[in-house]
Amino acid sequence: MLAELFEWFRETGDIPTRLWEHVRLSGTSVLGASVIGLPIGLYIGHLRRFEFVAVTAANLGRAIPSFAILSLALPLSIQFGLGLGFWPTFVALLLLAIPPILTNTYVGVKEVDADTIEASRGMGMTGAQVLRRVRLPLAMPLIVAGIRTSAVQVVATATLAALVAGGGLGTYIVFGFRAGDDGALLGGALLVALLAFATELGLGLVEKALGARSTGMRRSKWRPGESDLMVVEARGLGREPRPSGDAALGG
Amino acid sequence: MNELFRWDWAIDHLDEIALQTREHLYLTLIAVALGFLISFPLGIYAARHRWFYGPLASVTGILYTIPSLALFAFLTPITGLSVLTAEIGLVSYTLLILIRNIVAGLRGVSGDTREAALGMGYSRRQLLWRVELPLAVPVIMAGIRIAMVTTIGLVTVTALVGQGGLGYFILLGLNRSFSTAILLGAVLSVVLAIAADRLLILAERLITPWAQAKARH
Repeated sequence: MLAELFEWFRETGDIPTRLWEHVRLSGTSVLGASVIGLPIGLYIGHLRRFEFVAVTAANLGRAIPSFAILSLALPLSIQFGLGLGFWPTFVALLLLAIPPILTNTYVGVKEVDADTIEASRGMGMTGAQVLRRVRLPLAMPLIVAGIRTSAVQVVATATLAALVAGGGLGTYIVFGFRAGDDGALLGGALLVALLAFATELGLGLVEKALGARSTGMRRSKWRPGESDLMVVEARGLGREPRPSGDAALGG
Repeated sequence: MNELFRWDWAIDHLDEIALQTREHLYLTLIAVALGFLISFPLGIYAARHRWFYGPLASVTGILYTIPSLALFAFLTPITGLSVLTAEIGLVSYTLLILIRNIVAGLRGVSGDTREAALGMGYSRRQLLWRVELPLAVPVIMAGIRIAMVTTIGLVTVTALVGQGGLGYFILLGLNRSFSTAILLGAVLSVVLAIAADRLLILAERLITPWAQAKARH
């Protein structure tokens, strides 16, 4: 098996191209999702209006299989004349990336300690100042956690893009399945897994750095009684469960 | 062929739809059940012994981070295009979710409650089964719900390793550029996920009658 893997790596010349395709597709999708998800999350969390939007996004985001979104994008894209390749996969991944960013931003901004908010208002801050100077910095680690969740999910799903002519590292795996080529299967899988870990660890470090900066962050007490919760994902490597931060989205 | 959804095709294939939906459910239920059987003792142990949680979360976290298609691709040269390949992948994704919630649920039980139970003469085992676990049910159930919904989504991918389930329709549609089959597979798996989630909420209410009594205050 290892011999096949080595041989595959020796023989495959377009790895950098495929890697770049994968990174570009994932990167643009997460960026686009942040541009959409962040302001909506901030708005909902700060003003506590339209909260059902955040909850619905979280629930839908989980219920709709990423493979289904990706596959659906294809016939729809053809129907509307956008063609194959980049656009259908980009739109599908963008939609997929929004929920974790939106809900984490919402929860992060919402759950900033009430006393802290009170104190900032007492100091004469306006609503916008409270949002920008108090809520946003305190919510930052959770927001980045949302972006990380999104990014890892998008990198994983972008692998499936190969099935809808979207390119990327999944091309090797799909070829491996179709041709029964173990070398391509293993090589592609290894590259995709490494990219997912790199994303996870890289953004994890950013999150940690931001968390260290805003210490003293307190979140409202966690109540197991809120049984209808849909836990906001914090897929962490070796992280303690943080019920206070991860939980608390009433369904 | 230009129509987005052809009802006549769906109606002609009702038997096939029923079959694949059943298959989808089997694959999901086996995965979540096995995942829970593995996670339950590990989660209880990790809740009691803090040192164990770190390594456990790391290992399950690594498994969880591996993209599903990559995991299936790793396994296929070893276990072939089989149910085993599908289930190993599916089970390994449930572990992080289930263990995290079991541990969070058990740790969420307040020290005072624990103290009171011990003061009443409960043994460690009685404390676990009569006090801690019942109080942790909502959080553990939340974990099971997430695991179930996530797995239903992942099972659509197992069609690639030769398994049935609703992913069969999605793959069929992709291979033939036939949107009806894609829509059918996608929509039915979402419906399945929502239905499973609702059923689990109902089940939770049935096994925790005290939570309802409290809510009525």
